[in-house]
Amino acid sequence: MNTANTNGTAKVRSRGLEVFYGEKQALFGVDLDIRSGEVTALIGPSGCGKSTFLRCINRMNDLVDGAKVNGSLTLDGDDIYHREVDVVQLRAKVGMVFQKPNPFPKSIYDNVAYGPRIHGMAADQAELDEIVMTSLEKAGLLGEVKDRLQESGTGLSGGQQQRLCIARAIAVEPEVILMDEPCSALDPIATAKVEELIDELRDNYTIVIVTHSMQQAARVSQRTAFFHLGKLIEMGDTEQIFTNPQQPLTQGYITGRFG
Amino acid sequence: MQLFILTAALLALISFGYGVGRRRALAVAGPNLRSLHSLPRYHGYLVALWCGLPALAVVAAWLAFEPSLLHALVIGALPADLAQLSDERLALAYNEVRNVARYGHPASSDSIAEAARHYASLRQTMFLSVAAIAVALAVAGLAAARARIHAGLRARNRVESIVSIFLIAASTVAIFTTIGIVLSLVFESLRFFQMVPVTEFLFGTSWSPQMAIREDQVGSSGSFGAVPLFAGTMLIAGIALAVAVPLGLLAAIYMSEYAAPKFRSVVKPLLEVLAGIPTVVYGFFAALTVAPFIRDLGAKLGLSVASESALAAGLVMGIMIIPFVSSLSDDVISAVPHSLREGAYGLGATKSETIKQVVLPAALPGIVGSILLAASRAIGETMIVVMAAGLAANLTANPLEAVTTVTTQIVTLLVGDQEFDSPKTLAAFALGLALFGITLALNGIALRIVNKYREKYD
Repeated sequence: MNTANTNGTAKVRSRGLEVFYGEKQALFGVDLDIRSGEVTALIGPSGCGKSTFLRCINRMNDLVDGAKVNGSLTLDGDDIYHREVDVVQLRAKVGMVFQKPNPFPKSIYDNVAYGPRIHGMAADQAELDEIVMTSLEKAGLLGEVKDRLQESGTGLSGGQQQRLCIARAIAVEPEVILMDEPCSALDPIATAKVEELIDELRDNYTIVIVTHSMQQAARVSQRTAFFHLGKLIEMGDTEQIFTNPQQPLTQGYITGRFG
Repeated sequence: MQLFILTAALLALISFGYGVGRRRALAVAGPNLRSLHSLPRYHGYLVALWCGLPALAVVAAWLAFEPSLLHALVIGALPADLAQLSDERLALAYNEVRNVARYGHPASSDSIAEAARHYASLRQTMFLSVAAIAVALAVAGLAAARARIHAGLRARNRVESIVSIFLIAASTVAIFTTIGIVLSLVFESLRFFQMVPVTEFLFGTSWSPQMAIREDQVGSSGSFGAVPLFAGTMLIAGIALAVAVPLGLLAAIYMSEYAAPKFRSVVKPLLEVLAGIPTVVYGFFAALTVAPFIRDLGAKLGLSVASESALAAGLVMGIMIIPFVSSLSDDVISAVPHSLREGAYGLGATKSETIKQVVLPAALPGIVGSILLAASRAIGETMIVVMAAGLAANLTANPLEAVTTVTTQIVTLLVGDQEFDSPKTLAAFALGLALFGITLALNGIALRIVNKYREKYD
């Protein structure tokens, strides 16, 4: 477990970030730094804005009608919401894993090869095979599926599907991986495997995970941010947040008094 | 008038029976309503049913059998001079008797007038006795049902089982009608195939359904090879699909993926209006507007286009079936889970990549289903081709020539005065059976595909 003075640099930095869905304001002036080489967990009760924050980072909120973003949000110092930014390239750098496993109704191979294909990452078939195998390997799925790469991805178990989605995200070689409650649809054993995987991926990717489970936040993350009613209440090392929270709201939430 | 009074009386008895049953149940229950197995109104319904059903059944049976019963009785008691008539004359005389008795026509002879009086009195007597039986049954049913009311009577369950019988009957009417239609097609087709070999019908390439009226008529040997008809049908349906599938599919993609919800809520119903235009209107649009346009256009380009070309009928039919493709495909595309789209966007796919590579493949089975439904609609469509396609049974793949279709031929074979013992008219049934088989198979395949698709995401 890292200590407070980790020397990771801020990969994603938000300053005064505000999000509106139509009339309703979902985020209020959030200042948050996400460092590379770490897993950052976003926790908080339902509707607290943690998923909204996550979806700002790869501009998935663009798909929501009437969503408006104010303030600054940067990736490596570049404004994510700058007019010139191409969301397609942004999303290639910032991958995402969703709450419910959502493999495409294609073969396992094609699921993983999808991203590299649309971004023209492989010059030939051999290179594509290499990317697919490496990604499956990194997602810890290769051993389970190497004999049935041509079978449909939807035929896998829930946990395998979610790891397939992680492999699919890794295949694009992103720098940041966003995970929106990736284990909420999985059983405890599949959850343990995915958590193990998240821990392994930490060395190569900056990971931001939204979770409802405080145990999960404590298990996989180095830094934790606690959101409440659209505001960032507290941010700190995971150990400190869970053992010695500075804010009464945080303490109330992690001790289960509300949420 | 009499029948109306009888029905009104029975209905009054039934509603009275409901009240009786309900009050009786309340009386049986005494102060403790919970001691009744069923609510009082169910006891009311049960009494009403017992009161009404047998009586109404008697009336219905009488309505069904009255004409034949009266016929038998009146014929049996005809005055001597009428009784000797030949069968045809007898039928005419009976008809006159009936008209005299029922509608007050003047009688042409005394014996007719006498028979008419007999008819009228018989009818009156029978009605009165039936009315008496019906009312007696109603009263008896009411009394019996009332007497059987006790606290433990499972009135609700009985009412529900009687109602469920009605529901079953309602749902089987359509099925039996279909079976009846198929059977009539099959039997008439069998008669046709006794006169014309099945192989000639299915594989013959010459269609000229004439039959000799006189023995020595020239050029009377008909030929019943249906291949040109099915080829024409397929040609026109093919043109229609070539129009409807791209247009409908692109419209569906636009509506479900690109259009603003407001635009979609206006355009989708408007597109569906296309399906509501009577096909006869499409027919004269095809015959009077599109066909001459295509012919003139062809003339300018130096092509010879028949004024009743397959192209004209096919184009208009294609417009007609656009909503079948677009509406159903739109539903299917919209039903593709949003999470799949997000998955693709999250990987950095553009909107068009997402649609082409993720959404459409996922929706493909449903889209194929909608196309097959549109195809079976196109194959069975009649009015447009009757008006806009020709009657000449050409075996050709050239859309600029006139072709004819199965449905057009069925119409022309059956329109006008026809005898139902010549192959000419019976051929219509064989054609109908073949067409029915084709559309049934297409619908079956389409439904299977659509269902298979549904299982995937539920």
